[in-house]
Amino acid sequence: MSNVFIALQNNEETRPIIEAILADNPGSARSDAPGMVRVDAADRLVIRRETIEAQTGQPFDLQYLHVNLISLTGYIDEDDDQLTLSWSH
Amino acid sequence: MTVELKTVAITPLRHTFTHVAALIGGDKPASRYQEAVLGAQPDTNFHYRPTWDPDHELFDRKRTAIVMREWNAFKDPRQLYYGTWTMGRARQQDAMESNFEFVEDRGLVARLPHEVAERALDVLLPLRHAAWAANMNNSAICAYGYGAPFTSAAMFHAMDHLGIAQYLTRLGLTLSDPARVAAAKQAWLAAPAWQPLRRLTEDTLVVSDWFELFVAQDFVIDGLLYPLVYGVVVDDVLAAKGGTAIAMLTAFMTEWHADSAKWVDAQVKVAATESDANRALIAGWVRAWRGRALEALAPVAKLALDDEAPGYVAGVIEAFDARCAKLGVIGPVA
Repeated sequence: MSNVFIALQNNEETRPIIEAILADNPGSARSDAPGMVRVDAADRLVIRRETIEAQTGQPFDLQYLHVNLISLTGYIDEDDDQLTLSWSH
Repeated sequence: MTVELKTVAITPLRHTFTHVAALIGGDKPASRYQEAVLGAQPDTNFHYRPTWDPDHELFDRKRTAIVMREWNAFKDPRQLYYGTWTMGRARQQDAMESNFEFVEDRGLVARLPHEVAERALDVLLPLRHAAWAANMNNSAICAYGYGAPFTSAAMFHAMDHLGIAQYLTRLGLTLSDPARVAAAKQAWLAAPAWQPLRRLTEDTLVVSDWFELFVAQDFVIDGLLYPLVYGVVVDDVLAAKGGTAIAMLTAFMTEWHADSAKWVDAQVKVAATESDANRALIAGWVRAWRGRALEALAPVAKLALDDEAPGYVAGVIEAFDARCAKLGVIGPVA
């Protein structure tokens, strides 16, 4: 299998999202670039609405992820509660 | 000629303010909420003591019997600071505007059964005075409280209550006319059904321990009043009788109460977990104000629900007691 990643702008809105990704995906690695944060994970990377909401204490609509999304790899499996990147389909 | 583009990553020397870093366990990026409230309380080098209260400093930990080692522990789970609070409330205000527009444009007021509209006006309109008192009380908590995380959230809570009072006034004007709003004030001042609640409300206005005031107003009184009036009377009983339009006009109150209860519960929990002395104090306040609130709300419940009142009130009490038990602040009933 191979890696998947997601790259987001580095700002106040994405901080809780990135923290949630790192918490939900043990073994994922964060790398910082100017204005951007990239998170790499082996095989599979999941973003959970619940974890983001636990970080902020506010309701979060996963679609708002796309406002700050720069790039990603992998096939997307997305619903209201989670977004999963992987190469399996 | 080739131009080689290079990026240079500049790493900041520090990620946040020193006083914030000391409270979040080291120098790491802090959220705006943390930077807005943590360590923002002035706590040293005060000038003269206030002439209106020479026993205390201008900001003083001893204005409440609650004792904390770290007053910054009273964090808001909703993480509201001015930016998030105004944006959140603006969204809710937009939703309420469209609710009012929907009700007015479609003539839903004329379609309300007369009995239901009258009942809603009788029960809801005098409550704008209770909401205004809650605004005063939370302003007092902000003024005399200690610790910016607590006092800033109390000020938001105060303004939310003012908004609720305004929504109630607007509901009265939508369903009826200014004379009806004035009549509701007379009911609040003179009608026997409202006097116990008015007395309770006025007694809270002179509570000097700000944490007791918080427990009395935000935890106990609102914790019983909102589920009873907006949960049971409006959303349940009146809606079932064809009063859905009224539930649309009070949608903010229901949503706000569920959301702000998270903040209230978190504060009670933090104070009670700090020490057994705090827990005993809070349990005592809950016991005392719960008894008084139930006495005051009984005639209001009767006004709203007639003979069905005791059954519904029992349900509200049960839910409130479960909330207390979860927070560990219900003492043995004396």
